Amino acid sequence: MIYEGKQKIWSDYQKEIPDDHYYYVRSCIRQTFFPASEAALLNITRNILGRDVFENEHHTTCGGIAYHSDTIPQETIMTIVARQFALMKKHGYENYVCSCITSFGIYIEILETWRNFPELEAKIADNLKKTCNLEFAKPKFVVHTSDLIYKLREEIAAKAKYKLVNVKTGQPLRVVEHIGCHYAKMFPSKGVGGAEYPYVLAGMIESWGGEIVDYPERRHCCGFGFRQYFIKANRGYSLSNTHKKFESMEPYEPDFIITNCPGCAYFMDRWQYVIAESQGKTYGENGHGIPVLTYEEVAGLVLGFNPWDLGLQTHQVYVEPLLDKLGIPYEPAKKFLGAKGQDIGCPALPSCLKV
Amino acid sequence: MGKLYDTLMKDYRLREGLNACINCGTCTAVCPAAEFYRYDPRRIVDIVQSGDDEKIEELLKGDTIWYCGECMSCLTRCPRKNAPGLVIMALRSLSIDLGYFIESEKGRQQYLLSRDICGNVLNYGYCVYPRKFDYKSHPEAGKVWEWEEQHLEEVYERLGANLEGSGPGALRKIPDEDLAQLKKIFDLTGATKRMETVREAGRRKAEELGLTEEEFSAMLYEQSSPRHLNRK
Repeated sequence: MIYEGKQKIWSDYQKEIPDDHYYYVRSCIRQTFFPASEAALLNITRNILGRDVFENEHHTTCGGIAYHSDTIPQETIMTIVARQFALMKKHGYENYVCSCITSFGIYIEILETWRNFPELEAKIADNLKKTCNLEFAKPKFVVHTSDLIYKLREEIAAKAKYKLVNVKTGQPLRVVEHIGCHYAKMFPSKGVGGAEYPYVLAGMIESWGGEIVDYPERRHCCGFGFRQYFIKANRGYSLSNTHKKFESMEPYEPDFIITNCPGCAYFMDRWQYVIAESQGKTYGENGHGIPVLTYEEVAGLVLGFNPWDLGLQTHQVYVEPLLDKLGIPYEPAKKFLGAKGQDIGCPALPSCLKV
Repeated sequence: MGKLYDTLMKDYRLREGLNACINCGTCTAVCPAAEFYRYDPRRIVDIVQSGDDEKIEELLKGDTIWYCGECMSCLTRCPRKNAPGLVIMALRSLSIDLGYFIESEKGRQQYLLSRDICGNVLNYGYCVYPRKFDYKSHPEAGKVWEWEEQHLEEVYERLGANLEGSGPGALRKIPDEDLAQLKKIFDLTGATKRMETVREAGRRKAEELGLTEEEFSAMLYEQSSPRHLNRK
């Protein structure tokens, strides 16, 4: 294919990401399992790169997990979402950035449904007035926080203290990128690179010195499945899908995995532990797992943050082998200390997965 | 076309998710659920499209509509831009509204999902909340979560969260006036009614099986028949 043709096709898969001034909403799962990632996101965008990312306490869950577990009607989640958008407007913003991939898919889908069915949009505006006495509004731009970091990736690279390079070999680290399904599978035009060639994480990795690994099941779901995870009787569905991905990526020997969905990061970390403990199978080097990082954690490491400030101590697949490859110093004795340096014990060790 | 079909077609998700399926089976080929469960989204869409109420009722009372993980991988690959995942969501909603969900092993799990997730939304303002995510029920969360659970306040403080604190921040206490608005939204838009439908159907089912609520909940959480699985 001629170069110009390729460029034209690629341009269809780009999205406009505003440079500044966002109303920020959090993620239920990221807050629970990766709260330090959200803290890092705000630190990087606000304090290091000088952007205006506003948060206030009044936003809530978008209800996405309740909706995709089929416990609430569509009209309910639409009205909760309308409330979130109304809070954005109330505080003078028109750019909306969310931390959760499930939420991102929900927002995009709802805006599209309102566009297709104006009478439904009018009903939701009325619901909002009746329940919250808030003025209905829609954002000019909806982006995911990974879009924002993608947008700022070169500014982060310019301030980087470390590159995604193996300090012992000088070679780029080999990275698997995993995109949460609801980022672009439903509305490919709303994600950087679409569903087929998502570039939101690959772009970060390339800018920060790493190398992306392709593998057959790259686009397969991590297996969250909402009801398929929350109910213990269904949990084999979730485990089996992660297992399928790891079996597929194993021959490519990635140094780590980066994800933009907090659920995926949790599942790909924890199911490695379960596979190791139940089957004796490990996917990393010398009996270790493959570390699974959020993009905020990777950005933070590149910028020289203390790994324990980034919450890397709360990963079940221990990250020390990766830190060694990156040449990032860390203090093992401080890994599990409390905020004031107090001793709060440490996790028991897995019996098979090497730490 | 039958009455159930007509009701389904009022659901916006079906109006957006079904545009003359050609039955190519691409959705089934890419479906994470179809590999794990005895599940064929192509067949489900075909049944809905047929408008045959008898077969639709069978779906609404059976296990198969509960196998989907709502990842929406099907939508990406469908050559006609259908969304079997959205069709499933509409079927599940109707199954719950009609009380049919309680007839199947997988469907009646809604009793727990509704109680726990909607409970989190209304009580805390979060779908997932660390104080309601215990290691005992989630051993897969690992030794590290066991430790976090034992030292929740200290760990979250170390990680820069604002657990149950005032003002903004991760895991902050959502102000009461905001929780009250969520409750009003639930009441007006049918979520409270759906919760009551599910709770009442579950209560009756437990009684029919001669189980206490606790025993019924444990059964729903743990029990899975091997007949669901797509293996020999």
